[in-house]
Amino acid sequence: MKKVPKILFIILVLIFLYAPILILAVYSFTDATNIGQVRGFSLQNYVTLFGTPELRDMIVGTVVLALGSAALATILGTMGAIGAFYSKKRVGTFIGTLNRVPVVNADVVTGFSICILLVVVLGIGKETYVPLVIGHVVLAAPFVFLSVLPKLKQMDPSLYEAALDLGATPARALRTIVLPQIASGIVSGFALAITLSLDDYFIATYTKPAMFDTISTYVVNATKGSQTTIKTALWALSTVIFVIVVLIVLIGNLRGKKKEGMA
Amino acid sequence: MRLSRKTLGIPYAVFLLLFVAAPLLVLIYFAFTNGSGQFTLANFTGFFTDPNTLGTLFYSLCIAFVTTLVCLLIAYPTAYILARSRFRRSGVLIMLFVLPMWINFTLRITAMKEILTMIEGNLAYWPFLNSVIGMTYDFLPFMILPIYNTIVRLDDSLIEAAKDLGANDRSAFFRVTLPLSAPGILSGIAMVFLPAMTNYVVLDMLYNSTYIMGSLIGSYFSAYNWHGGSMIALILLAIICIFTLLTGGDEEDTRTGGTHL
Repeated sequence: MKKVPKILFIILVLIFLYAPILILAVYSFTDATNIGQVRGFSLQNYVTLFGTPELRDMIVGTVVLALGSAALATILGTMGAIGAFYSKKRVGTFIGTLNRVPVVNADVVTGFSICILLVVVLGIGKETYVPLVIGHVVLAAPFVFLSVLPKLKQMDPSLYEAALDLGATPARALRTIVLPQIASGIVSGFALAITLSLDDYFIATYTKPAMFDTISTYVVNATKGSQTTIKTALWALSTVIFVIVVLIVLIGNLRGKKKEGMA
Repeated sequence: MRLSRKTLGIPYAVFLLLFVAAPLLVLIYFAFTNGSGQFTLANFTGFFTDPNTLGTLFYSLCIAFVTTLVCLLIAYPTAYILARSRFRRSGVLIMLFVLPMWINFTLRITAMKEILTMIEGNLAYWPFLNSVIGMTYDFLPFMILPIYNTIVRLDDSLIEAAKDLGANDRSAFFRVTLPLSAPGILSGIAMVFLPAMTNYVVLDMLYNSTYIMGSLIGSYFSAYNWHGGSMIALILLAIICIFTLLTGGDEEDTRTGGTHL
């Protein structure tokens, strides 16, 4: 392929990926109720977004759920990875195989099966938030497991043995030798767990309390409703999230560069 | 008791047994029983004799197939150009294509819906086309990333060797680069095909359609028909198993790969 068509193709794909978000971002700063209307500048959508208790609760609830379930998933997944890595091969394979199930399974099936077991069979009420939190931990913990495991494989096994020989207890050797070595895997597992929880619709819809909404379930209901103030306030939300994601990626990239420069 | 490294795995193993294995067993039990707990094949035969559910299965397969194909046709050239460009070392360009993955998908679909509504007026006129556009928009990054990751790791000397041995650009591409990027293509297909079969929210948001496999579960769920819903979930699970075996299923690489900044 020649150079110009190549660049043109890349630009077209980028337009496809970004045009909807960016156009929505532009319109979020107007008082238009539909894309395409020519209207004046307005911050009304942002006022509604941050001023409506219902919207604020929904955003805070989503973030708290994501942080909480990601923390649980990170602890469980990391312990699981360490345990599976140092256990007999058969036990490790067993945990690894079960761990793969939620990864390849459709979220609809995962959410539905958890709902059947916890809500229908065991009778745990959805309003306790227990099914929802467990659902999100099931969604995220396998990915934490998968991002920690490679770090354990890369580690020099003699370091841990050396610590024990020098008199450290196993708990201390784990804390001071193993954990620092796998820390990067734990951190990226935690980040992944947060994004999975934030993006989830299917598990939440089958396990959430009736009065609680995550961003996903709220948006899906709002697109069917006819309240235009809510609809356009969500344009503002989309813009805010876009800016936050861009900032995180930029900071992550810059810090990555710095590390490379120092090494 | 001494704390050993092995015992650390016990809580997670118990967690997986309780909340991954047990729900699936309950799902199987529910799929083959009726409301009073008796064994029955009615849910199974019901699915395969009802023209409505069979039609939904066929329609979802069509949507998933076309979406996967469109994603592949856009993603392969994109990944190829990016992976062989001068900028590949920096990883900034690929970041641009992965970034949308981190924006809540319902908000992205809302954005796409507004744009399509402006262009077409009523989205229900071209349901199939709009489904494919919406899903392609949603899943394209998941196809680009694994293909990019395989091509970027390709050993350049293999391509040079092919050319030294007399291959022109075309045959070097078709006989060296393309076969070697097959693992990336396969995991990309797994990342797109299965969600496209089950992600009913995209269609639901775009034009209030529920004519797709995943939404059958949703409709049984709202009707409190756990047994019928379990059967649909089980059939989906079977399709997923077959598909994962066929593609080798390396998708954890892809989903995790995205966050390694």
